[in-house]
Amino acid sequence: MITFHINGREVTVKSAGDSPLLWVIRDELGLTGTKFGCGIAQCGACTVHVDGHATRSCVTPVSLMQGRSVTTIEGLDPHGAHPLQKAWVDAQVPQCGYCQSGQIMQAASLLMSNPHPTDADIDAGMNGNLCRCMAYVRIKKAIKLAAGETAGVRA
Amino acid sequence: MNTLVKPPTPLNADFSRRGFMIVATAAGVTMGFTAAAGAVGVSAGFEPTIWYDVGRDGQITVNVIRAEMGQHVGTAIARIVADELEADWSKVRIVTVDSDAKWGLMVTGGSWSVWQSYPIYSQAGAAGRIALIEAGAKLLGVSPDQCIARNGAVIAGHVSISYGDIVARGQLNRTFTQAELDKMPIKPATERRMIGKPTDARDIPEKTNGEGRYGLDASVPGMVYARPKIPPTRNDSRVVSVDDSAAKAVPGYIGSLTLDDPSGTVPGWVVVLADSFVAANHATDLVKVTWKTGPSAEVSEADLQARASALIADPKAGALVVEDPGVDGAFAAAKSTLERTYTTASALHFQMEPLNCLAFEKDGLFEIHAGNQWQSLVLPWLAKALGRPENTIVLRSYLLGGGFGRRLNGDYMIPAALASKAIGKPVKLVFTRPDDVRFDSFRSPSVQKLRMAFGEGGRVTGMEHNACAGWPTEVMAPFFMPKGDNGVSYDPFAINGANHWYSVGAQRVRAISNELANSAFRPGWLRSVGPGWTNFAVESFMDEAAHSQGVDALAFRLKLLDGAGRNAGGPPSAVGGAHRQTAVLRRLGEKVGWGEALPKDTGLGMATSFGQERDMPTWTACAARVRVDRATGKVKVEKLTLVVDAGTIVHPDGALAQVQGSSLWGMSLALFEGADFVNGQIAQTNLDRYTPLRMADVPDLDIEFVASTEPPVGLGEPATTVVGPAIANAIFNAVGARVRHLPIRAGDVRSALTSQA
Repeated sequence: MITFHINGREVTVKSAGDSPLLWVIRDELGLTGTKFGCGIAQCGACTVHVDGHATRSCVTPVSLMQGRSVTTIEGLDPHGAHPLQKAWVDAQVPQCGYCQSGQIMQAASLLMSNPHPTDADIDAGMNGNLCRCMAYVRIKKAIKLAAGETAGVRA
Repeated sequence: MNTLVKPPTPLNADFSRRGFMIVATAAGVTMGFTAAAGAVGVSAGFEPTIWYDVGRDGQITVNVIRAEMGQHVGTAIARIVADELEADWSKVRIVTVDSDAKWGLMVTGGSWSVWQSYPIYSQAGAAGRIALIEAGAKLLGVSPDQCIARNGAVIAGHVSISYGDIVARGQLNRTFTQAELDKMPIKPATERRMIGKPTDARDIPEKTNGEGRYGLDASVPGMVYARPKIPPTRNDSRVVSVDDSAAKAVPGYIGSLTLDDPSGTVPGWVVVLADSFVAANHATDLVKVTWKTGPSAEVSEADLQARASALIADPKAGALVVEDPGVDGAFAAAKSTLERTYTTASALHFQMEPLNCLAFEKDGLFEIHAGNQWQSLVLPWLAKALGRPENTIVLRSYLLGGGFGRRLNGDYMIPAALASKAIGKPVKLVFTRPDDVRFDSFRSPSVQKLRMAFGEGGRVTGMEHNACAGWPTEVMAPFFMPKGDNGVSYDPFAINGANHWYSVGAQRVRAISNELANSAFRPGWLRSVGPGWTNFAVESFMDEAAHSQGVDALAFRLKLLDGAGRNAGGPPSAVGGAHRQTAVLRRLGEKVGWGEALPKDTGLGMATSFGQERDMPTWTACAARVRVDRATGKVKVEKLTLVVDAGTIVHPDGALAQVQGSSLWGMSLALFEGADFVNGQIAQTNLDRYTPLRMADVPDLDIEFVASTEPPVGLGEPATTVVGPAIANAIFNAVGARVRHLPIRAGDVRSALTSQA
C-alpha cells in the first residue's frame, strides 16, 4: 500500500508498486484530466507535478510516490482559475484539447522556476510536449500572458 | 463533355424535399425538419430531425451531429442558427448528439461541416424567427410586420416579449413547406450579428481544467480492460495458437480471447483481458500468439512504390477522371514537353489520444462509447460483427483527442464490441501507442507522373496527371465512388487536387488504385486527404514548368488561372472560380514582396490550391521562406505566409486556429514526418522514431483571410495542401536543389545539390 497526497488530500492506493502513476491517477483515483499519449515520456500529455516538479506520470512507478505530493490538472487551482488556465481561455488555446492538461502543468512548472521566460526559454521548456493539433503559437502566447499576469500580481 | 471530380453527394441530398415543423412539447417547442422517405440513412416515416429546442425559460438547445475534435464545430454551427434566429447567445446550449437514424448521414470530415450546415441551419434559424415573430406579435397585439426579433425577444416599438415567454404562452405549432423554406428570407450579411463576429469557443473551458470527457475517460461499473495483440499484418493474418502461460502470473489477468469477427474488420485478433489496464498491458506483453501470415508480410514501402510505378506505366490502368479531347494530339504536336515524377511516403495520423473503445450491452441496446468521425460508416460494420440490427446499437459521443481522419474509420470499435459480446461484460479496449500506430489507417505512399505540353511561345497546350496510391474509399466506403469517363470507379478523395483550376489546354487526370496497398494495409483518409499529396505534385510541377519556359512562377500561374470555360466557377460555392485563386495569389505576392532579393541560401517558394474539392473550393495561397544549409542539407522554415478565401468566415478565431494548425501540419508532413512500411507493418511505432513538428520548429506565421460574403467553405484542411510544395519550391529557389519526394530529408536536399553541381 502506497500513501501520498494528491491535490492536497491523502490517499492510500492498492495498485501494485510498479504501476505507472498515470493509471493509478486515472483508473484508481478517477482523476481523468491527466492523459495517456505515448507511454514513453515523449509527448507530455501525462504531465503532473510531484513535489512541484513537472513529471511524466506514464513512466513513474507509483511506488516512488510514498509520502510525496502529487498535483494534477484538477488540483492546479481550486477553481480552475490558475493564471495559466485563464490565459489558456483568453488565448483560445485548445483545439482537440487532449494534450492541454499536460501543456498547462508543464507551463506551470516552467513559470515556477522562471517567471519571465523568453521565447527561447518557452521553446526549451515546452518542446517535450507534443500538440498534434499544433496549437503551439497560442500555447506560447498564453504562457506569455500568464507570465505578464504573474508579474503584475507581484508588482 | 469532360467529367470533373464530383463525388456522389449524399451530403445535402437528404435534406431536399423536406418540410420544417415547429411542435409544442412539455418543455417548450422543438423545431426540426421532417424526414423525407428514402432519405439516406433515415427510415421512412415522419419523425422530425430535431435541430433545436426553445424552452419556456428561453434556453435554446442546438443539436450538433458533428464530432468535436478541435474545430469548435459546435460553436460555429450553433452561431449559424442563433444568428438567423436572432437568439440571445448566452442562452444557447450546444449538445453533441449520440448516433440515431433520425440524424441522417453522420460524418465529420472533408472540411464539410460548416459548408454543409450553413444553408440548412440558416433556414432552420430563419423559420424559427418567423414563427416566433408571428406568435410574439399576436401576444403583443400588433401585426408581425411591426415587429423585429433581436437578442432572444420580439420587439414592437417600446414593447417586447422574450422568446421564453412566447413559447410559454403562445401556440407555436407551425409548419413550413419545402417551397416556403426555399424562399426563407435569410438575412443579408450586413444584418449578421454573430456570423463573422468574435466569440469564444464553447468547448474550450473544459479543455483547460481536466473536465472534458474523451473516449479514454469513459467508464461503466463492472467493466474489464483489454489490450489488443496486433497481428503482424492488417488483413491476412490468422491465429494459429495462443500461449498465455506466462500471463497467468499477472495479478488481475482474466484471459485471452481470439476474436471471431463476422464483419471481417479485425482478422487474426486476440485481445487480452484483465481487471485493470496496467494488468492488461503487462499480460499482453507476456501472451505469445503464433500467426499464419499471408503475402502482405512480404510487402514493404519500396514494393508499394514499385507497384504504383508499374501501374502508371500501364496506359489501361485506372479511371479517367478528366479526359479532354485531344490530349495525345497536344503532346504529339508540342514544341517541347516536360515530364516529372513525384512520390510521397507513408504518413501516420498519430492523433494524441490512442484508439480506445468501451462497449457493453444494456437493456437490449449495445452501447459503444468512443470518439468517432463517421458513425454512419461503422454502424453497419458493428451490426454485422455483432449479428444484431443497427437500431439496437448506439454510439455515444465523446470529445476526440484528435481526429485528423483516423476516426473516420471506426474499425477500433469492432474488437471491443466482439469482446464484450463474447464475455457478457462491459469491455474497455485501450491501445498503447505502438498498438495504435500498427493499426493505423495511414496515408498511403503515392507515385505521380505529370506531363505538360508546350506550343508556340511556351503556351501550355496539354497536361496529364497520373496518380497511384492505396484508396481508402475503395476499401471502406465504395458507395462513395463515382465513375470516370472510361466507366472505372475511383476514389475521389485520392485524386482531388489533380483536377485543378488552371487552364492547361487538353487535360487528362488519371487515378489509379494501388491494389497492393489496399491489400497490404488499410489505407486511410488523413487530414487534407488526396490534395495533401496531389497538390505537392501539381504545385512543384507548376514551378518546374515555369522554370522550363524561363517564366516567373507567379506570372506563370496567374496566366493559367484565366477563369475560362469550366474554370469560371459558379454557384453555390464556387462563384468567381479561378479568378478568386488569382486574387489570393496576387495578394500573397504583395505581402511577401515576391521577386525581391533575399539573403544567400534563402529562398521564397509559393504554392496555391483550391483546398479539398472543386465543388467546395477554399482558395488558398502560401509562401514559405526557407534557409538551406548547403553542407548538411538541413532546411529551416523561417516564415509561412498564407492568404485564404473561404467565403464567409463564421467563427473568425476558430478559422484562424484551423489555418494555423493545418499549415503547421503541412510543414510537419513535409519535413518532420513520413514513415516506412516494412514487411507488412509501420516501422516507426512511437515518438522515438516518428517525430512530428514541435514548438521550437514553429516558424513565423502570417495568415490573412479575404473579406467575403460568399457562402462559407471548409477550413480544416486546405492550408495543409500548400505548405509542402511551397517549401519544396523555396528550397529550389534558395539553392537550386529540386526535391520531388515527401517528406523532404536533409539527405535528399544534399543529394539534389550534388547532382545539380
